Amino acid sequence: MKLFSIRGGIHPDYRKERTSEKAIVSFPLPATLYIPLQQHIGAPAEVVVKEGDQVKKGQMLAKGQGAVSAPQHAPTSGRIAAIAEITAPHPSGLPQLTVVLESDGKDEWVGDLPQPIADPFAASPDEIRARVAWAGIVGMGGAAFPTPVKLNLGTQLKIHTLLLNGAECEPYLTCDDRLMREHAAEIIDGARIMAHTLGAGRVVIAIEDNKPEAKKIMTEAASGHAGVEVIGVPVQYPMGSERHLTQAITGLETPARKLTADLGVVVQNVATARAVHHAVRHGRPLIGRVVTVSGGALPEPKNIDVLIGTKLSDLVAFCGGLTKPAKRFVNGGPMMGQPLPGLDVPVVKGMSGILALTAEEVNERPASPCIRCGTCVTICPCGLVPVEMAAVIRKDHLDQAAHLGVMDCVSCGSCSYICPSHIPLVHYFNFAKGMLNAQDREKRRLDRVKNLAEARNARLEKAAAAKKAAAAAAAAAKAKAAAEAEAASPPPADNRPGA
Amino acid sequence: MSVTIEKSGPFGHAPSSVSKTMITVLVALLPATLFNVWLFGWPALFMFLITVGACLGFEAICLAWQNRPVKATLFDGSAALTGWLLAMSLPPWTPWWIGVLGALLAIVLAKHIYGGLGQNVFNPAMVGRVGLLVSFPVQMTAFVPPKPLFSEGAPGFIDSLGMVFGGFKNMDAISAASALGHVKTELTKGVPVTESLPQVFDLTNMITGMHIGSFGETSAILILLGGLFLMVRGVISWHTPVGLMGTLFVCASIANFFAPERFPGGVFHLFAGATFLGAFFIATDYVTSPVSKMGQLAYGMGCGFLIWIIRSFAGYPEGVAFAVLLMNALTPVIDHHIRPRAFGRTSKGEPLSVRGDSK
Repeated sequence: MKLFSIRGGIHPDYRKERTSEKAIVSFPLPATLYIPLQQHIGAPAEVVVKEGDQVKKGQMLAKGQGAVSAPQHAPTSGRIAAIAEITAPHPSGLPQLTVVLESDGKDEWVGDLPQPIADPFAASPDEIRARVAWAGIVGMGGAAFPTPVKLNLGTQLKIHTLLLNGAECEPYLTCDDRLMREHAAEIIDGARIMAHTLGAGRVVIAIEDNKPEAKKIMTEAASGHAGVEVIGVPVQYPMGSERHLTQAITGLETPARKLTADLGVVVQNVATARAVHHAVRHGRPLIGRVVTVSGGALPEPKNIDVLIGTKLSDLVAFCGGLTKPAKRFVNGGPMMGQPLPGLDVPVVKGMSGILALTAEEVNERPASPCIRCGTCVTICPCGLVPVEMAAVIRKDHLDQAAHLGVMDCVSCGSCSYICPSHIPLVHYFNFAKGMLNAQDREKRRLDRVKNLAEARNARLEKAAAAKKAAAAAAAAAKAKAAAEAEAASPPPADNRPGA
Repeated sequence: MSVTIEKSGPFGHAPSSVSKTMITVLVALLPATLFNVWLFGWPALFMFLITVGACLGFEAICLAWQNRPVKATLFDGSAALTGWLLAMSLPPWTPWWIGVLGALLAIVLAKHIYGGLGQNVFNPAMVGRVGLLVSFPVQMTAFVPPKPLFSEGAPGFIDSLGMVFGGFKNMDAISAASALGHVKTELTKGVPVTESLPQVFDLTNMITGMHIGSFGETSAILILLGGLFLMVRGVISWHTPVGLMGTLFVCASIANFFAPERFPGGVFHLFAGATFLGAFFIATDYVTSPVSKMGQLAYGMGCGFLIWIIRSFAGYPEGVAFAVLLMNALTPVIDHHIRPRAFGRTSKGEPLSVRGDSK
């Protein structure tokens, strides 16, 4: 199949060989699990159990709130030890409300799991979506956007292609690679179910060419299904970016401020597809995932099948512990992952990688002056001019940065990675985006307050006018009656209050 | 164990650095430099060392003066590269003070006054060269014919030291005009190009470098070699050199087609003077040229056009340095107007319309 080229991009040192040939291993049942109520974009889940409750595996602990949210389920059976503020896997290191589950070691499933949907292709999209929503499935590639919301796009837009993202363009990460090699049939089934839900006739599974084994196995697994293709895409970071992958496969360029769905393409991660398969075919909620635990500070990096809520420190110990000093802990891949202040945080649904990187791997240096080499301009996959944006952000000219397109930046990090002066370009852009979003929120809030105030004033004025009109009418009627009564006395002065 | 977080990702970096880039450029300049040291002998080597040394010296003084880290910055290669390029653009036999004065103009006036590395608007080496050229036209146009090292009549080590520090004697007797200078002078005397050009233009010598010229500019083939090396290493791209040489060639060829007595042809313009050095090493200076590839192409074309204009109509026979400085002034304008098209937007910055809306 003809592929379309994408602009720019880089070829980082991938370092995938550390884990790519190691089969996924299961992590033994932990004694305690920590399930944060917000593991997704949107509103946090609302807890439905209380301290001291005995719960079974798969039982709902917290239900989704509002349109964009996701429920959380018990990853194993045991007792709710606490519902408390626990440090979240977030750069801030701030706590968030978390259900603490003490395992009873029995790992017993709850009795009232929903029945498997026998023939999902005969089921209505609404039924599938309801099931996916119940299962608490979110995008497992890292963004953690609630999947049912994305599966709903087919009701508003005509979706022709489900693009299954197996590019895994981040260095170090191999969990999707291993999943495709070890669970190809489940992934393809999940993808077909999602395509059915979206009304998409075509499923394209895109795999970067540095995963030939996964590509081969997936191609074989897909061969029996009409409308399912496996396509190798060039090794070019950030190929796994939703918009860029869509462009590479379909040639369609997603307009700024629009979604790929506006072009008829919905992109889902391979691990998400497998979770959908489990929810639909087996009635299982999302309570675990495969995560790559790697980095130079670990002697035995692994791909681990782990329950949501397992502490990262336990996983790191499982990989031999930190035998070298770690300079950075990362949630996700090294390019777009989030830094973590420590390992005393739990695994969440969107966590594809846990990296303990040495100073040598991170290769941080103090920034030196920009020599205007223009490499950032050449490699920017979004066609922006990073050097110029960073310069205006340094001077706090955020409006100019917005004009130069900083909101179009996907934060892929290519510019920072390549900069010979080690200028943390994408850090500037993340800062500017945060500030601009905050300004935008504040402006919208003020607008809302202003609108409310104006509406209130209008209402009050209207009421006052109505009252005045009624009073005038009454006075007129009275005057008329008085006149009609042929009273001799003249009317009182006009300036009477209430006239 | 916990770590402090200073910034967001990426948590990894390409093995690139400013000094690595600078050193790559110096390596690319090496073949042409060594050849010309051989070609012009000891005086040229001393001039080269004096100029580079003076640049490093001024850089150190400026850094210390501004309380900047001297050691770390001095050896990033940028000052050495400025000195190196300045030396390559000077006549091979010049007194010591020319090199020192040029270094002062380049490093102090053109670079540090603006704020140091990355902040200067004009190419420092070219500011140095032009400043010297307008101030000391006699010394700056006294070119010597090739006198290869250890050949007959070439000055020895000690003699050369005396010449560089004590002053050149009989420079008038030994100096000759460059090809561009000769053609220009003859034109003013009414001698047509068709007659004057064959006296100085030998394509083979122009390519190999066995001809009169500034210290580093004579060997087209070795400069091209260095330029190709830079392209392979990804330090420069084809846009600036092709834009510059292509435009110069086209302008010269068209003029030559209509008035061969008045205008030399495209091939002569390409191989005479500092065209190759300018195209691959001077106009490609990162700091003073546009950042986008299309901008670089436009900038290169502007340089090529101005070189031809200056060589053909101005008082000076050579125009590379002036053309580059003039285009340096236009760099911010080019960067403002020529920028890549953003993903999902038209070239005007409006979001693309959604194709297939009708479905």
